[in-house]
Amino acid sequence: MAAGKELNPSDYIQHHLTFFRAPVGEGEFWALHVDTVVTSVLLGCIGLGLIWWVVRGATSGVPDKRQAFVELLIEFVDDQVKGIFHHGDRNKFIAPAALTVFVWVTLMNAMDFLPVDWVAGALSLVGLPEWRPVPTADINATFALSISVLLLSIYFAIAAKGFGGWVHEQFCAPFGSHPLLWPANLLFNLVEYVSKTLSHSLRLFGNIYAGEILFFLLWLWAATGLVGTFFGFLFGLGWAIFHILIVLLQAYIFMMLTIVYISMAHEHH
Amino acid sequence: MSFNLTLLAQMLAFAAFILFTVKVVWPHLLRAIETRQKTIADGLAAAEQGKKSLEVSTRQADETVKQGRDRAAEIIAQAEKRGAQMVDEARTQAKDEGNREKAAAQAEIEQQVARAREMLREQVAALAVAGAEKILRREVDAKAHADLLAQLKQEVR
Repeated sequence: MAAGKELNPSDYIQHHLTFFRAPVGEGEFWALHVDTVVTSVLLGCIGLGLIWWVVRGATSGVPDKRQAFVELLIEFVDDQVKGIFHHGDRNKFIAPAALTVFVWVTLMNAMDFLPVDWVAGALSLVGLPEWRPVPTADINATFALSISVLLLSIYFAIAAKGFGGWVHEQFCAPFGSHPLLWPANLLFNLVEYVSKTLSHSLRLFGNIYAGEILFFLLWLWAATGLVGTFFGFLFGLGWAIFHILIVLLQAYIFMMLTIVYISMAHEHH
Repeated sequence: MSFNLTLLAQMLAFAAFILFTVKVVWPHLLRAIETRQKTIADGLAAAEQGKKSLEVSTRQADETVKQGRDRAAEIIAQAEKRGAQMVDEARTQAKDEGNREKAAAQAEIEQQVARAREMLREQVAALAVAGAEKILRREVDAKAHADLLAQLKQEVR
């Protein structure tokens, strides 16, 4: 906290909600949230790297505890995929993709557990005063995921039905293939694609962002004095424990929706 | 709260991570898991096989034991029968032998009796002749009465 003793609540929250923004060109769009990108890539590398490190030495005999844990995780994901995806070999793409989503989103969400002020304090010591450690509280990160899933679902829809089939489906489903119904069908499908993508990303973003804000409020309370510190600690602990559920649940929901959307893309109407 | 280049960067990172998992992580583990599943399935099949063959060999062993027992009982019965037969035979043989021996002894006895009687008769005849000789010597010429004496001897016999 650069503000020190003259702490002002809105400044405090504003401070923690400021991205480390690096402009790369003119305009609002041409900038990079270095904190989001670096943290998320780092987390992805750590999570998937750890899994890779474990499975590289995977034995088909009796697994050690490390391997058993990774297998448990992978079989959990694979079970979900197995229950939803019935359109070919799930090992070729959708199961590993679901694993990636689950691991990555879980880790990004879990950054919420780190005490924000410690992270900010440590990073300001090395000259990074503004750093948001939770990538999924950045709308860019969640939309990057959901738009990627949208593109994947369109890709798989075209791969499964051919481009003509896919276009035909946009105009002739779900209401019928009568020419008068084409606009309605197209509109419906557009709304469906947009709403899927929006709800997919905003659900994750909203949950994690709200969790972050609640932590900020609790830590603000903790800075008001001894009583505030005690209750801030107590409620912070409670919220953190509850947040474990939210972190895993949101990652799980995000993974499930990814599987569902990609599976739905394979279905013929 | 605005979109910027981060969106594209994150999408790229996401694509890279998915590619990494699809190409590198998943096949490793899949191979290990599949190999293990196969090993387990093979083991279960082998166990099943072993159980089946154990069952078969147990049945075979039971059969063999039963056969052996039957055979032994048969052999014992045969032996008993044979034993009884042998005893019977021996008894018959002994009886026959005894009878034969007895018959032979009897014949011997009869023979001996006949011989003794012969001897006795001869001796009596000799005695009679001797007696007659003694009587006649005084009054009869032996030479003159030789025919008579011989006749007498013949008669005594």
